[in-house]
Amino acid sequence: MSNFLRSFLVVVWFGLAAVLIAGLLLWVSSLLRPSKPTREKMLTYESGVDPVGEGWSQSQVRYYIFALLFVIFDVEAVFIFPWATQLERYGMFGLVEMGIFVFVLLLGLVYAWRKRVLRWV
Amino acid sequence: MLSLFAVEIPYWGQSLLRVLGGLVAVLLPAGTIVYVFLFKMMSFMQSRLGPMEAGPYGSMQLFAEVGKWLQKEDIQPDNADKRIFRMAPVVVLMSTFLLVAVVPFGPDAWFTDFETGVFYALAVSSISVLGILMAGWSSANKYSLLGGLRAAGQLIAYELPMVLAVIGVVIQAETMNLQQIVVAQNAGSIFGSDIVGNPYVLTQFVGFVVFMIAVQAELTQAPFDMPIAESELVSGYMTEYSGFRFLIFFIGEFATAGVFAMIASTLFLGGWGVPFSWFGWTTMDSVDNWMNVAGPLIVFTKMMVLVFLIMWIRFSYPRFREDQLQRFAWKVLIPISLANIMATAVLKVAF
Repeated sequence: MSNFLRSFLVVVWFGLAAVLIAGLLLWVSSLLRPSKPTREKMLTYESGVDPVGEGWSQSQVRYYIFALLFVIFDVEAVFIFPWATQLERYGMFGLVEMGIFVFVLLLGLVYAWRKRVLRWV
Repeated sequence: MLSLFAVEIPYWGQSLLRVLGGLVAVLLPAGTIVYVFLFKMMSFMQSRLGPMEAGPYGSMQLFAEVGKWLQKEDIQPDNADKRIFRMAPVVVLMSTFLLVAVVPFGPDAWFTDFETGVFYALAVSSISVLGILMAGWSSANKYSLLGGLRAAGQLIAYELPMVLAVIGVVIQAETMNLQQIVVAQNAGSIFGSDIVGNPYVLTQFVGFVVFMIAVQAELTQAPFDMPIAESELVSGYMTEYSGFRFLIFFIGEFATAGVFAMIASTLFLGGWGVPFSWFGWTTMDSVDNWMNVAGPLIVFTKMMVLVFLIMWIRFSYPRFREDQLQRFAWKVLIPISLANIMATAVLKVAF
């Protein structure tokens, strides 16, 4: 197996290690802790009063809009990174190209700004 | 890591060593940070002593705490989506472990040596958003849901300045490999003077500041702790968690603080190299072997300095409002970091 793939295998081991250590600690805890469920204890917490309605309520659309904006800018970053490593080679050409790219993106941000999307109300 | 021992270790042995090293690299900083900063420094800043009973100066307090949390009842509300509820803290902890895998501790002391290490670090750091959303949604609690959504909105908003701030470093180092970024900083020079090398905190100061603000927000430390704002949302997405599951969230939070500080010190403070004492090494292979032992200590020291900064700000400033938080990310930090990228690029091409 190549070194490249081996590095990724280490990532898998680290992920498994996290699951294992959490599982181990929770298992030890389950041997030690008491378990005396009562109806009141298992109720959803709502500052002491009985819960009203259900917890899975509808929420504002603004979270969705911010998530969309995030996707746009994150994809942009994916394109900037490879360019950043090779800037020396591209020289002036790369600089102008990226200037145009960032300018177009800034236009997008300004558009969102003018449309009052960035306001959290 | 393995040339130290001068013996061939089979693959499973290497992997086991790496995983054990990873455990140390996650849990040791987390414990140290909680004791030194959360227990002691916070107390001193508030004119009190903090824990004093367990061990000399309360130094055994952490063990007492873990013993306490192990015995707490594990309450899962009847309405909760139980399976997701149980998975969420593990996902958050996993994000921390995946993140530490990329930090270099010395010329041979690394876990993974990705060509695109920076990229990988930024990618896995956002896995914690999934865990937090899972926790917030599965609790079936209004506070949890609001806290989870706030956390998600905050983490993605501050992910962007963080990514864009790192690009300045990548432009200067011309590589995304964290090891080579370390070498580029220590073997570099500023205007022909190589006394301190070229730690990018000097040439990329704007990027460093933006990065540290974004780290503060990613860790949901005050002044960016609206997701767990206790005066509004009880404890945000962690409201329904009790006993050891809560402690896993807690460990995850402070371990991530340590790991982010390590990555920041790798990117901006020269990683495992000490300023003033880089012995004319130019490439990876010419670095002496003893740096494998000194490196982790140096990274740890730099991490403590950066975490001190994070905690200092945490204990000193009041919380932002939610709308101020989003405005700050989108209207201040992102334009600044875009301008920083273009300025760095222009200077890079000009010189």
